[in-house]
Amino acid sequence: MSAVEYEPVIGLEIHVQLSTRTKMFCGCALSFGEPPNTRTCPVCLGLPGTLPVANAEAIHYGLMIGMALGCDLAPRSIFHRKNYFYPDLPKGYQISQYDEPLCRGGRLGDVRIHRVHLEEDAAKLVHVGASGRLHASDASIVDFNRGGTPLAEIVTEPDVRSAEQASEWLKLLRTTLRQLGVSDVNMEEGSLRCDANISVRPVGTKELGTKTELKNMNSFRFIERGIKAEVERQIGILRDGGQVVQETLHYDPTTGAITSLRSKEEAHDYRYFPEPDLTPVSITQAMLDRAREALPELPAAREARFKDELGLNGESARLLAWRAELGDYFESALSSNGVEAQPLANWVTNELVQRLGGDADPAESKVEPSALAKLVALVGERKVTQGAAKQVLDKLVAEGGDPQAIVEAEGLGAVGGADELAPVVAAALEANPDIAERLRGGDMKPIGVIVGHVMRETKGRADGGEVTRLVREQLGL
Amino acid sequence: MSDILDLTAKQAADAVATGDLDPKDLYEAYRAASAADDLNAYVWVADAAPADGDASGELGGVPLAVKDLFCTEGAPSQAGSKILEDYRPPYTATVVRKLAQAGAPLLGKTNQDEFAMGSSNENSAYGPVLNPWDRTRVPGGSSGGSAAAVAAGYAPWALGTDTGGSIRQPAALCGIVGLKPTYGTVSRYGMIAFASSLDQAGPLTRDVTDSALLYRHMVGRDGRDSTSLEHPEEIVLPSATRLDGITLGVPAELSGEGVEDGVMARFEETLKLAESLGATIRRVPLPHADYGLSAYYVIAPAEASSNLARFDGVRYGARVDADDLLSMYTRTRHDGFGPEVKRRIMLGTYALSSGYYDAYYGRAQRVRTKIAEDFDNAFADVDFVVTPTSPSVAFELGAKTDDPLAMYLNDYFTVPMPLAGIPAISIPNGLSEDLPTGFQLAGPAFSENRIFEAAYALEQAIGFDGSKGRVAA
Ligand SMILES: [Zn+2]
Repeated sequence: MSAVEYEPVIGLEIHVQLSTRTKMFCGCALSFGEPPNTRTCPVCLGLPGTLPVANAEAIHYGLMIGMALGCDLAPRSIFHRKNYFYPDLPKGYQISQYDEPLCRGGRLGDVRIHRVHLEEDAAKLVHVGASGRLHASDASIVDFNRGGTPLAEIVTEPDVRSAEQASEWLKLLRTTLRQLGVSDVNMEEGSLRCDANISVRPVGTKELGTKTELKNMNSFRFIERGIKAEVERQIGILRDGGQVVQETLHYDPTTGAITSLRSKEEAHDYRYFPEPDLTPVSITQAMLDRAREALPELPAAREARFKDELGLNGESARLLAWRAELGDYFESALSSNGVEAQPLANWVTNELVQRLGGDADPAESKVEPSALAKLVALVGERKVTQGAAKQVLDKLVAEGGDPQAIVEAEGLGAVGGADELAPVVAAALEANPDIAERLRGGDMKPIGVIVGHVMRETKGRADGGEVTRLVREQLGL
Repeated sequence: MSDILDLTAKQAADAVATGDLDPKDLYEAYRAASAADDLNAYVWVADAAPADGDASGELGGVPLAVKDLFCTEGAPSQAGSKILEDYRPPYTATVVRKLAQAGAPLLGKTNQDEFAMGSSNENSAYGPVLNPWDRTRVPGGSSGGSAAAVAAGYAPWALGTDTGGSIRQPAALCGIVGLKPTYGTVSRYGMIAFASSLDQAGPLTRDVTDSALLYRHMVGRDGRDSTSLEHPEEIVLPSATRLDGITLGVPAELSGEGVEDGVMARFEETLKLAESLGATIRRVPLPHADYGLSAYYVIAPAEASSNLARFDGVRYGARVDADDLLSMYTRTRHDGFGPEVKRRIMLGTYALSSGYYDAYYGRAQRVRTKIAEDFDNAFADVDFVVTPTSPSVAFELGAKTDDPLAMYLNDYFTVPMPLAGIPAISIPNGLSEDLPTGFQLAGPAFSENRIFEAAYALEQAIGFDGSKGRVAA
């Protein structure tokens, strides 16, 4: 029996903690690791008689996010109450947005946005005892510092088709949000949290399979692994003739285990209704103008500019635009010198990134943008060979400094013009008479032997193209 | 000078202003009267005047009784519920703070139906309040303690809250004046919520002048209440003696059916009196008013079911410990809430459930819009809509406790106004069977000044003698 091929269909729900000065509905400053329950007030503790007041800055940030993601911005949106009991929810309901959110539609990269809405974060529960979970813990302690932190929830359409794509796209979203300056977007610290709705279907079919919701994966690695594991689990079930059950799942990154948090039957009835303590959010032209003025250039626009105006190839443009720190470094280097854009982009995204490692910000390295620009220019002018330039870069990364000075001090300058190189080429031909004979006969395959010889003699400072030209010249080809 | 306790609040404030009365003596006289409360009108009385009061303000140091559900820093604020027994908030409600700053210091906290759910004050976890006119009868509710205290002379004036009639109905049953203001004109910050879209604080006073004087210092937008707004007019003390050019609209649907004969007779007498003062009486259709009760008893419980979710035993108030979280929640709420509160939480939870939302909550909101339109149409033809405040005089304790539907009918004339967000006042309208009846005037949003003027003119003409309530005490 031939196996059916399955494809995953994945939608993402991202919670972003907004870096406003105060909480979503009260005047408390946001908390960054202060002692528990020191950033609280009667409102965010849900004391009797208190009322929420919506944070205008959070709405401003919400509009900026909506604009960055190309959403339709609702002229009027409303808050709802989402009712359920839990100790981290002091009012017994979360103030969120339901059927009239701030933003609808939109797109980022290759994924469509379904909606963006504002809500408040829950408090933090700490379970004392062996289990580490509420059930069977000796005691549970609530820290309300986080309670009421503004959240933007971004929901995508089910456009993601692989775990890798999910993690790649989230990186683009993170960069976009970081560029906007609306959040710290730190997954480990919980300011960027991702849930995934996952289903699989036979390749070529349109109908969606039963989906599960994978909760709260707190790193790009776990997202990739978690989604992969869940996709495999679902395909396994279907291959064995079973059926996927709609449920909410928890992925344990340490064991790789996927466990059920609650089934569809246990799902809450949140009894949403319009929050009577808040008036509708009405968006004025002034608010829109202010949000638009605050928008920086975003990765997608930057990528297009790098391609269209600087003529970068797609891969370089995307890499430099999606990793804003690389893009910033690149543009700084580009402005300091008449260096060509594409070679500079290659040096930034390949050689420099390789040497600095993974996610490092080159602005924090010892390599001044102007120094890298000068080095790339030297290569362009054939004053330094590629190989020698890599040695110069090693030195720059380790110690910083001026590339020209390093070239001179280390004697890494290219063995320039014909005058200097011709005798070395002649000597190489003389030392390899059989190769010279084959070349003379028109068989150019072994020319590498001659080039290699010259390189050895010049310690890699010769220009390969120039060597080839001289070989042809001296053999009368 | 007559006995301090016989002065209206305005008279007392004036006496303080002229130096004829020491505000300390005034406070102490009421403190002593409150401490000797034999109606169970108070649940807590201050030991001394609060330090932050200012007798030099316009309110002259005239002390204020405050319904239990207003948060008062350091003083019990229990909303009539066992679940908040001896709960002392860390902050004071905006309106109580404003009034203290204007010279009305906190005298005590008054008994009420639990979370303002009730029309007789029999739903209080702290026992029923007795009507000072007849101690075998209820004072009305839910602001029954405030109404009884003012009527009995245990307070010069009091704060109450009105959600479906909770100021006007007890005011009527106790023979005093009660105003439910335009929604939003008084901050709700610090009022323990029953139904957020309906709740509104208002004054309970001996006369219309006191009502205007107190309300004048209650209004104003509060940065802590998004639904609050500035009153477009400065509130002034009324002085009208005539009603020339004023048209009173009697609901076309009001036939007298379901209204006690004595109550209806007093109402019709006052209409004649109004005509003699120059008013025109006209019938106005309010075709959706009949659905008001049904809409009210969906919307208010729905909001209450959510507002009362915070009483979960986790952070404050009563907790019944249990082995697991769910049992702690259920036992705490089982023991902490009374039967009427539980009934409404269940009603509201059901009305908001997925699959029922449109049929109940959605439809009730549409009725609400219709009722507001009815009033808009009516006010195109008349200045005020007038009705008896309550269909009956004060009933006997226990008479309706087993029949919630009969109890809900008490609110028939008072629920349409909060649904429409408009102001209405109840003034004493003579006696029936030796018990007070009430006359209600409702006007368009922000028409409080005009309501006070008309109510004042009627009050002078009716000449109600409230001292019998005080004599009974
Ligand atoms: Zn707070």
